[in-house]
Amino acid sequence: MRLERRPPSRLAAAAAPVVSILAALAAGGLMLAASGVNPFAAYAVLVSDPFGSAFGWSETAVKATPLILTGLAVLLPARMRLWNIGAEGQLQCGAIGATWIAVFTPIGHSALAVPALLLVGMGAGAAWCLVPAILRAWLSVNETITTLLMNYVALLLVDFLIYGPWQDPQGRGFPLSPVLPASAKLPVLVPGTRIHLGFALALLAVAATAFVLTRTRWGLEIRIIGDNPDAARYAGINLTRNILLVMAAAGALAGLAGAGEVSAVSGRLQQGLSPGYGYTGIIVAWLARLHPVATVLVAFLLGGLFLGGDGLQISLNLPIAVVYMLQGLIFFFVLGGEQLAGSRVRIGPRAPAEGGR
Amino acid sequence: MSLLPAAVFAAAVRAGTPVLFATLGEIFAERSGVLNLGVEGMMLVGALAGFVTTAETGNPWLGLLAAGAAGGVLSVVHAVLSVTLRANQVASGLALTIFGTGLSASLGKSFVGVPAAGFVLAPVPGLERLPFVGPVLFRQDPLVYLSYALVPLAWYALYRTRWGLNVRAVGENPEAADAMGIDIARVRYACVVIGGVLAGFGGAFLSTAYTSMWIENMTAGRGWIAVALVIFATWDPLRAVVGAYLFGGVNALQLHLQASGTGLPVYLMLMAPYVFTIVVLVFATRETARRRLGAPAALSVSYSRTG
Amino acid sequence: MRGITKRFPGVVANDAVDFTAAPGEIHALLGENGAGKSTLMKILYGFYQPDAGEIRLHGTPRVFRSPKDALRAGLGMVFQQFMLVPSLSVVQNVLLGLPSQGWRLDERAAAASLAAAAARYGMAVHPWARVWQLSVGEQQRVEILKLLARGADVLILDEPTAVLTPQETRDLFDTLRRLAGEGRTIVVITHKLSEVMAAADRVTVLRAGRLVGTTPTAATSPRALARMMVGRETFDLPERDPVTPGPVVLEVRDLWADGDRGPDALQGVSLAVRAGEIVGVAGVAGNGQRELGEIVAGLRRPTRGRVVIAGRDRTGAGPLDAIRAGLGHVPEDRLGTGVAPRLSVADNLILKSYRDSRFGRGPLLNRQTVHQVARTLIRAFKIQTPGPDTPAGTLSGGNVQRLILAREISAGPRAILAFHPTRGLDIGATEAVHRALLAQRRAGIGVLLISEDLDEILQLSDRVAVLCGGQIMGVVRPGDVTVEQIGLLMGGTRLAVPEETA
Repeated sequence: MRLERRPPSRLAAAAAPVVSILAALAAGGLMLAASGVNPFAAYAVLVSDPFGSAFGWSETAVKATPLILTGLAVLLPARMRLWNIGAEGQLQCGAIGATWIAVFTPIGHSALAVPALLLVGMGAGAAWCLVPAILRAWLSVNETITTLLMNYVALLLVDFLIYGPWQDPQGRGFPLSPVLPASAKLPVLVPGTRIHLGFALALLAVAATAFVLTRTRWGLEIRIIGDNPDAARYAGINLTRNILLVMAAAGALAGLAGAGEVSAVSGRLQQGLSPGYGYTGIIVAWLARLHPVATVLVAFLLGGLFLGGDGLQISLNLPIAVVYMLQGLIFFFVLGGEQLAGSRVRIGPRAPAEGGR
Repeated sequence: MSLLPAAVFAAAVRAGTPVLFATLGEIFAERSGVLNLGVEGMMLVGALAGFVTTAETGNPWLGLLAAGAAGGVLSVVHAVLSVTLRANQVASGLALTIFGTGLSASLGKSFVGVPAAGFVLAPVPGLERLPFVGPVLFRQDPLVYLSYALVPLAWYALYRTRWGLNVRAVGENPEAADAMGIDIARVRYACVVIGGVLAGFGGAFLSTAYTSMWIENMTAGRGWIAVALVIFATWDPLRAVVGAYLFGGVNALQLHLQASGTGLPVYLMLMAPYVFTIVVLVFATRETARRRLGAPAALSVSYSRTG
Repeated sequence: MRGITKRFPGVVANDAVDFTAAPGEIHALLGENGAGKSTLMKILYGFYQPDAGEIRLHGTPRVFRSPKDALRAGLGMVFQQFMLVPSLSVVQNVLLGLPSQGWRLDERAAAASLAAAAARYGMAVHPWARVWQLSVGEQQRVEILKLLARGADVLILDEPTAVLTPQETRDLFDTLRRLAGEGRTIVVITHKLSEVMAAADRVTVLRAGRLVGTTPTAATSPRALARMMVGRETFDLPERDPVTPGPVVLEVRDLWADGDRGPDALQGVSLAVRAGEIVGVAGVAGNGQRELGEIVAGLRRPTRGRVVIAGRDRTGAGPLDAIRAGLGHVPEDRLGTGVAPRLSVADNLILKSYRDSRFGRGPLLNRQTVHQVARTLIRAFKIQTPGPDTPAGTLSGGNVQRLILAREISAGPRAILAFHPTRGLDIGATEAVHRALLAQRRAGIGVLLISEDLDEILQLSDRVAVLCGGQIMGVVRPGDVTVEQIGLLMGGTRLAVPEETA
């Protein structure tokens, strides 16, 4: 079997992701059935929990908030051909920074607590991302691996803190930090729900990212580097500076997600703060085809999947890891679907290539 | 070095073995030009398959076969996406890891805490009594001995067979290889599957030899470390051994320090292998640049014949 | 080959072409760029299928579905882009895919037979050297040996001398004659008349996809061939007004540099370009031209020496500095370096000038101004594009070059570095580029023209510097020397002709 390139029709290009996702869910259903779970029951939960009620939607929005931000954290460097797999670790560092300010400094108990913890969270995330960024910019070290390895280090750092110096004295020995003070809790935007300030900030981040990319000089530089690094160099664009700036911005976005989660959702630094938002951010960025505005839609979709996964745990006793399986399947099928949409399938012996001179 | 008991070095070999399997496998994949970032997912799937089969049948060698098969099957998906469909190889590998992690965790839930009789230590009679080298190298699990055999085998296959030459050519200049009549797709599929099978073996080692249990996410990033070590090894099986055992050494050392109660915080010491890998990667990158050795020139570039 | 016709979208590459070659002869396939020679041979080699016509080998009709089929039938083609794996050795490259091999590699035996074959045909090879270490001429020999090892008795070479020095060219034809002497058929695709006359037994001329004629070389002359190739007797030379050169705008002094292949790619190069003159740099590719261009443009650091742009020393400063100093740069690789293909034409037109304050305040970019400027430039430079928002990569080669010229010229440079500006362009686009460069000359800009096309250099330049082995062999005026003398300079012989002070 071979594929020949052919530019996709508009219909194919638009339909491909939708068809792919449906195909992925179908495959997932088969897998569930194979392991003895009723796929229809499972999917009923997966659809109705997040999208079947107003409350469901609001919870989906809560889950979508960090996904939008981690999606942007992967998207922005990806526009420059950099892979930021470290959004998970940057998110955790954002949570660490926010916890520190909120719990262990006087600012945390003041009126400035919220802006402070958000800023510190962003700073911590940015700093965490700068390490691999510096290694890439100055030493050409592959950032895919370094950002990822930093994730493991960040998670161990969290463990170290919550089992050690930051362990809540009233936590009865559990690995938890003290609860964040009330002054440091992000305000709720929609009464009766858990939708918090972070959601608005995430939307703001989307707008800012889109604006930067299309209407600023910096955005033009990013797009040029991403399209053709040789041309960027030829045009005198400073690659090093841009690598550092973009990765710092990405880390800040992921850090913001972490600060938001620890402040508004979990209330304290703990294990399982993030069910892998950083990794899902990769899928968000990819499904959004690196368009900032599209991350909102995708984040809702994948956030809904997480919420549904919670529901599956409760009602069908399925592990949350099923969500990862489905996410992976979606990613596979979308990748494959994109390629199939842009090609024509040929089966049989190779005929010589057609084409230009 | 004489301050450390031979047991630490033996532990280094043990700890390095799963990474060695995975690194050797990834070397083949990358030599043929396919970047496979799904090693972590394939190791986990292999670990689970190996454990479950061992637990159910009582035969860890069957477990090994199952692990290889599991890793291999998963790697075929990556091959289809990367080679036939020419999708982005980084994305495909990441998808594989996410999927493999999720799949193994879901299916493995009911096997947490289940006991299984895995591989037992199999000292080589005679050789194990050699001073220092004996206990370190020859008082190990059978899978470790398998890894010893795989290294020269891999080296020979890559450098001394016609197939190995094809692999190297495909990874460096697929156009030239194609013009010389080599089936690019077939070579790449084969290499990716080898990578998957060996990654599966590495995972099986973790769940049936290094320990005899299944824990969610038990590879803890070893798959990624293998990818980094491939660069350190400059895509050569012999150097892969050095990298893998160095990594194993850091692991073993950190455990030893914990056990001997030096008072350093546990979690900070657990960071050591990852930090070590990053440092190794920095040096490896500089060295490959300096010595003009590079990644296979066509690495992670999809091939399509143009007129 | 009889009645071969091949159509591609928008063009008929071959139109009912007949072509025969006999064993023991060297047959030249002659034509200009775009005449259809490569296409015809690629059809023979199985890359394409003809829309009409048939191929016969030794009298039997054959169909080749792929190069592998052709190889198996005894055909072998040496392309302009060599099909070699750079990091492997010569022996390994020859062994690659060789059907007679078992599963084990026996490099020593292969090396021995390789050396024997090489000696037989007068080629010198180092069997154990890695291909990336070899010179282009040596790599070409490896390609030939590869094909001989597979028992090729028909050899097709596509523009083999484009990258060779005169001495290497002589060696190549010597080898080809020996091969032909053993009964093989050699087909050489070329556009160089002198070679056809010197080396070929017969020549077939193609023009615009059609067969013009086939004749033994003994029965024809270069003028006759030129007429067949071009269809007209004289060539149109662009007008060159006499211009008095002004002050020096671009200068390199005693430049030494390392290249990608090894140290000392440039050795003590000194050159000056004045306002209102075009200085051409001639030479066979790979003799330091790329390094020279990169250093002038700020993309590479010299190990010694100075680069002075518009009177200010810019040695070692990056490309941004060169741009700011007033250097325009038309790069060698249009799509690879000169444009960002997926970005719009407008974005590409401001690729370097977006920092200008007229495009926006502070960090912001005023898209309306950008579009306005883009439209003006599109009109002024006749860039054919559906609009300023079209991705630049979809433009034809000539229009991409117009875009690049528009961008570089509109920035008001003091000096322009033009590197292979007409490579791969058709005649119309080439003339447009030449006219633009001459216009710049008239406007008082200094142009440094680096090109492999000697004709182009001779037509456009006021002075020509010849680069060989990283050194300037001589600086001459086109009117003062013959092509042969320049050829000698390119081949490494310094002339007794008094040199111009650079």
